[in-house]
Amino acid sequence: MGNRVKITINGSVHEAEVEPRLLLVHFLREVVGLTGTHIGCDTTNCGACTVLLDGRAVKSCTMFAVQADGRTVMTVEGLAQNGQLHPIQEGFHQKHGLQCGFCTPGMMITAFALLQRVPNPTEEQIRWGISGNLCRCTGYVNIVAAIKDAADKMRGTPAPAGERS
Amino acid sequence: MIPGSFEYFSPQTLPEAVTLLQRYGEDAKVLAGGHSLIPLMKLRLAAPRYLVDLSRIDGLTYIRESEGFLRVGALTRHGDIETSDVIRSGYPLLADAARVIADPLVRNMGTVGGSLAHADPAGDWGAALLAAGAHVVATGPRGGRTIPLDEFFVGTFTTALQPDEILTEIGIPQSQKNSGGAYLKLERKVGDFAIAAVGVGLLLSSTGACEQVGIGLCNVGPTSLRAGQAEQVLRGKKPDDATIARAAETAATESDPADDLRGPADYKRDMVRVLTARALRLAVGRAKGGA
Repeated sequence: MGNRVKITINGSVHEAEVEPRLLLVHFLREVVGLTGTHIGCDTTNCGACTVLLDGRAVKSCTMFAVQADGRTVMTVEGLAQNGQLHPIQEGFHQKHGLQCGFCTPGMMITAFALLQRVPNPTEEQIRWGISGNLCRCTGYVNIVAAIKDAADKMRGTPAPAGERS
Repeated sequence: MIPGSFEYFSPQTLPEAVTLLQRYGEDAKVLAGGHSLIPLMKLRLAAPRYLVDLSRIDGLTYIRESEGFLRVGALTRHGDIETSDVIRSGYPLLADAARVIADPLVRNMGTVGGSLAHADPAGDWGAALLAAGAHVVATGPRGGRTIPLDEFFVGTFTTALQPDEILTEIGIPQSQKNSGGAYLKLERKVGDFAIAAVGVGLLLSSTGACEQVGIGLCNVGPTSLRAGQAEQVLRGKKPDDATIARAAETAATESDPADDLRGPADYKRDMVRVLTARALRLAVGRAKGGA
């Protein structure tokens, strides 16, 4: 009954025999051991399980691991490089873009995909971009500020001094 | 939530996929983006024994104009339609609809063909594409056949597709200089299904009368609905305020909503009236060259 899959995750190739009904999020967390990707609602609503699939942000609770065979996945663990936090992670840290932190991995991956496509987003574009990711703590204000901060850093233009976040 | 067990196939060609459907018939389900089917499987409301994944078949993702039609490949994702220049510049009805389907992450996976084949009355494409006068192409063992969308939705979650047929393309009459459209959706929050939504597609004559008009209603009946009598009110007439008001009232009477957590039926019917009038005004403005 097993199907063999080969998925490139954060730059490393992972091969395994899986049941077709195994969801990608369970593959990531339980087979590969990358528990940064969270299971929130498990019903395609909340976005806590967001990963990049071939560069597009998708909900990993709503696809089977076999669908990702031969494809490239990036999880929250793929953001930091050589022990250096990614500007998006720095932004969430400095602008206090989280409280309980449960939605944060999905939120940051969605932000990453958004900033690849729109390097200098308006507040509306940020809010529209994260509208598939639910946060029950922050009220989103600091998440938006964190993403804006990351966008500025990634473009190499820091936010004006004294600007209220 | 863990779906029931199934056997998974990922054919590389369309004939291969059709052969699998012929072999397994009603026990098989076609998997496209999976954003309707997989949630149903996780809830065990669907438990297909065989899944035929179309995602490795080349040539089912495209948006192009040819021979008088806009042709959209069945595996084209909602997000591709949302960001397409062809759609943005010539098909406001489709552009409006694409950006209000679920949320951005779902739009990265969900496909237009999958949404239609799922035939959920709450699916936005059903109403939008009925308004656009669309047809679909179904490919089966005997090749392809064209099905007008008017004949496609047989019942809730039921279409005119045979068990061994795959929806492969959606065709929409190509936009013209005086054509316009709009899709307006009332929803409780981003990502929810519509309380009610209305799509309008129209073509104005040189005198400003409605030469062609389509009105589609979402989530206010057992299937996606076409408001044929409301269209009749407009056909051949100038869409002035009085005519639009009459058409909107007619569309409301053609809707058949149910009481549920999104609101009572009377409220939804009245929202059909409001949204129809607004969508008509917006579509007329666009047909006349406005934004």
